[in-house]
Amino acid sequence: MSGARWREGWRELRRYPSALLGLAIIAALVALALYTPIAIPYGEALAKWRGSEAWQGNPVNAAPLWLDRLTGGEAPRTLVVASETAPVEERAFAGGRRLRIPLAFDFDAGDFPSELNLFLHAPGHEQPPFARLSWQTPDGRELALGGYRIGARERISLSQDRALERRLGGLVPHIGLLAEPGTAEGPDAEPRVLPGRYTLLLDVLVFDEEAAFDAELVLYGRVHGIAGTDHQRRDLSLALMWGTPVALAFGLLAAVGTTVTTLVIAAVGVWYRGWVDATIQRLTEVNMILPILPILVMVGTLYSTSIWLMLGVVVVLGIFSAGIKMYRAMLLPIREAPYIEAAQAYGASNGRIVLRYLIPRILPVLIPTFVTLIPTFVFLEASLAVLGLGDPLLPTWGKVLNDAQSQSALYNGYYYWVVSPAVLLMLTGLGFAMLGFALDRVFNPRLRSL
Amino acid sequence: MRDRTLLRVEALELHYQTRRGAVHAVDGVSFDLCQGEALVVLGESGCGKSSLAKALMRLLPRNVHHTAGRVTLDGIDIMTLPDERFRREVQWSRMALVMQASMNALNPVVRVGEQVAEPLRVLRGWPRGKALARAAEVFELVGVSTDFLARYPFELSGGMRQRAVLAMALVAEPALVILDEPTSALDVLTQASIMNALKRVKRELGTSFILITHDVATSSELGDRVALMYAGQFVEVADAARFFTAPAHPYSQMLMASVPRLRQRARPEAIPGEPPSLAAPPGGCRYAERCPYRFARCAKDPPAFRLGERHRARCWLHADDAPAGGGA
Amino acid sequence: MSSPADLQPEDAKAPLIAARDLHTWFELRRWGFLRVGAVRAVDGVEFALAAGEAVAFVGESGCGKSSLARTLLGLHRPTRGEVRFAGRSLGDLEGRALKAYRAEVGYVQQDPYGALPPFLDVRRILAEPLIVHGVRDRAERERRIRAALEEVRLSPAEAYLGQFPHMLSGGQQQRVVIARALILAPRLLIADEPVSMLDASVRVEILELLRRIQRERGLTLAFITHDLSTVRHYAERIFVMYAGRVVESAPVDDLLDHPQHPYTQALLAAIADPDAANATRLREVPAGEPPSLLHPPAACRFHPRCPHFMAGLCDVEDPPDFEPRRDHRSACWLHR
Repeated sequence: MSGARWREGWRELRRYPSALLGLAIIAALVALALYTPIAIPYGEALAKWRGSEAWQGNPVNAAPLWLDRLTGGEAPRTLVVASETAPVEERAFAGGRRLRIPLAFDFDAGDFPSELNLFLHAPGHEQPPFARLSWQTPDGRELALGGYRIGARERISLSQDRALERRLGGLVPHIGLLAEPGTAEGPDAEPRVLPGRYTLLLDVLVFDEEAAFDAELVLYGRVHGIAGTDHQRRDLSLALMWGTPVALAFGLLAAVGTTVTTLVIAAVGVWYRGWVDATIQRLTEVNMILPILPILVMVGTLYSTSIWLMLGVVVVLGIFSAGIKMYRAMLLPIREAPYIEAAQAYGASNGRIVLRYLIPRILPVLIPTFVTLIPTFVFLEASLAVLGLGDPLLPTWGKVLNDAQSQSALYNGYYYWVVSPAVLLMLTGLGFAMLGFALDRVFNPRLRSL
Repeated sequence: MRDRTLLRVEALELHYQTRRGAVHAVDGVSFDLCQGEALVVLGESGCGKSSLAKALMRLLPRNVHHTAGRVTLDGIDIMTLPDERFRREVQWSRMALVMQASMNALNPVVRVGEQVAEPLRVLRGWPRGKALARAAEVFELVGVSTDFLARYPFELSGGMRQRAVLAMALVAEPALVILDEPTSALDVLTQASIMNALKRVKRELGTSFILITHDVATSSELGDRVALMYAGQFVEVADAARFFTAPAHPYSQMLMASVPRLRQRARPEAIPGEPPSLAAPPGGCRYAERCPYRFARCAKDPPAFRLGERHRARCWLHADDAPAGGGA
Repeated sequence: MSSPADLQPEDAKAPLIAARDLHTWFELRRWGFLRVGAVRAVDGVEFALAAGEAVAFVGESGCGKSSLARTLLGLHRPTRGEVRFAGRSLGDLEGRALKAYRAEVGYVQQDPYGALPPFLDVRRILAEPLIVHGVRDRAERERRIRAALEEVRLSPAEAYLGQFPHMLSGGQQQRVVIARALILAPRLLIADEPVSMLDASVRVEILELLRRIQRERGLTLAFITHDLSTVRHYAERIFVMYAGRVVESAPVDDLLDHPQHPYTQALLAAIADPDAANATRLREVPAGEPPSLLHPPAACRFHPRCPHFMAGLCDVEDPPDFEPRRDHRSACWLHR
């Protein structure tokens, strides 16, 4: 097409700060969309999102780090103390070893951890090892936490230990174990963290000379990563990142699909007139009164909620949309343009006239419409996901919102869970809208005020 | 009566702001118009002649970037007059405008007669009957049957509608009517009959006209005087008799030679080149680029030299110390 | 492409394009079986144009001259009668033959800006007809595009190839339109009001250009205009049209100097040559309005406005073509 005209358009566009801001937002989203599949390949992302052990080191419903920064940076991070780095004492005895594993850590965060888990790993033991745990506080107190028989993979959920909770005066263990003694007494008292060095001492009897024994104490924090985690310990950044290419691809493909087909059909109707045009118009009128969302809900319920099926349905329903009427109104005067008549006179075929002479004439005017159409499809996809008709596999912004809704995120105070995907959706809408409106002024001279 | 100056335009300038920079549509135009006189502003498209009409009627578009100069009509400085007073005291009653597309600007759902009578009812507060009776008189003057008073615009042909618009402009008996290409969208016969109507109006009502046209033949149909406009300036102003027989400016001469004539066998000669862009008018004489008599002095903007009582030309050939040869 | 030298004298006499009893009517919207009527844009036109001849069709708007042009171009199908080009009836042409005919006929329109697709540059605009007609070789196309630009005096061609229509002046645009019309080496060029939207100073250039190319290439030129004053030097024969019919035809000078039909006389009287005396002289204009093509007057179409109207004859019987002067035809009962 006409390079000069586009260059001129670009020069014109640069005069609108909103367009530049919109472009910057879009560029950032596109960069993220391109980076994501490289950083987290598709298969890996799907597998992770389906739920896996990979997440077990993550806290549940942790807020994003930036939220903590805003509120003072006191919230505890997740702390992992592993036996590999601990000074393990080993004494052999006949038929086995005795290990003393001190899992020591310094704790001085402003708040208690959200959970306390001990992961034990004892592969290849004929007879399960036996471990006794004791908790040493900075002020010299020592608490016996009982003994456990250790399987090949064991998770000791200290936070869930009801007996321990009772011993700690009704405080859940991840608070009680780290609280300053006395601060929790009295009806309104808030337990306070006792800062200092804590040690979880594992006294393990291993009935094997060779087999390994590893321990890992996890003090789950209250903040995690740039996006926080959900109720399944999943890092939301995965969904937010993968949501970007999915949303952009859906929006772009749906916008391209509907615009191109609609435009071609409208142009064909305008060019051939007669019954062709009449048929297209009647189909459009019928289609215009079909409610698109209920149809999508129906398709999603009866067939599949695959995003690609939804995309197909959106495009198919979008073909005979109100756009046809708009394009038709724009194309009708062009049909009578002398240059079209000239093309007929030198023998251009009907197809050539439609594709080469009719459609290109209105393309510049359509670009703004096209740009503003993209986010409407992004929103449509998100709305479907919120309604529970999101793609069953792909992590998307809409599905994050859907999870947040089903877990009553706002009621529980997990605002970040709703805010992050919503902000991304709004940014998408804002970026394309700002660019689109500026483009409209550039390409649509009637709107331009000199 | 003929000698009384009706309109005086002094150093009128009108520049527009566009994306491509300032357009000097009217760039220092001065002229006088006597009562009962018809001045033709002749010029090619884009020379600024329509902008001149708009500037006189104060129909300035929003992108006006600079205006200057004085326009006095009947002693009233119409450039500085408040809008409200301009509408009440000048528009329609002293000065009216008929544009090329005016015939399409009639209200489609109001009878033509009512529309023609409208200025009288609004400006003079005449009752409907009296205003309609006057409208009927003007209708006859411009050659429309009074049967058409009760018709709607769509029932009239283009020529009839243009006459109705003309009647509307004349109904309040303004001293000056500005006609911007009043016939160029019409057929040859219709054009001729509208020009006939204008001649009758001029003779019977003594109305002054400014006729803006690109067509040399049309210009000779009404003009007592001709002003030839080029690139925002009047390059020559002369009495019609002088202009059509012995124009002084090289552009005038070449333009006259380029007009195909029905009754002469001389072959018309084209003017080479293109008019300059109003966005970046060349320094010096604006016609120099296409002028066969160009010489060193043309690099400077020529003033309007006085060649006779009412004859001016903007060309260095007419300077007192100009080299002999060339020119008229 | 044929040049005058190639043509045998006999060929020059044989008509290149001829219309016989040509009618192009446009049916108005029909309500079921009920016919509302038809606009009789072309209503019984006959002529024959020899190869290498330049003729003008003159008439006011609504006389059917543009519809005639489109019928000749094959853009409208005649309702009745036929157009024969080089011995073949246009109605018989279909598919490849019709496309080949389109290469034989060039078309220059009134509005040069509208006639050029605004989104293509000059090179592409001129390449389009070549592409449509299967000139695949890029170098060959480029050569012909440059030659066409040189022929319409847009040189150097490089300066114009990359320009878009809006960057060109009206005269330059019209030259591009002419170059496009010529690029397929047609034998017939139809120019519909080629200068009416151009400025006075440019008109002559374009008319001269058309006439020069017509002579050099030995083209048949059908020049359609409303302005009799532009005809004299640019055509050899004039056809005056009124209400869908040709009322008078004659060699240019004979027609302009000795108009026979009352309509032609009125038309000539209405046209002014620049002269200061015009301002004080009223022109003779026939009364009445141009005729409706939907309900044209019976018999002679001009009779309601004609100063020589003979009741019982002019409004009853169609006047045939009389030949009051040698090679000068006029359809008026006055010549009886």
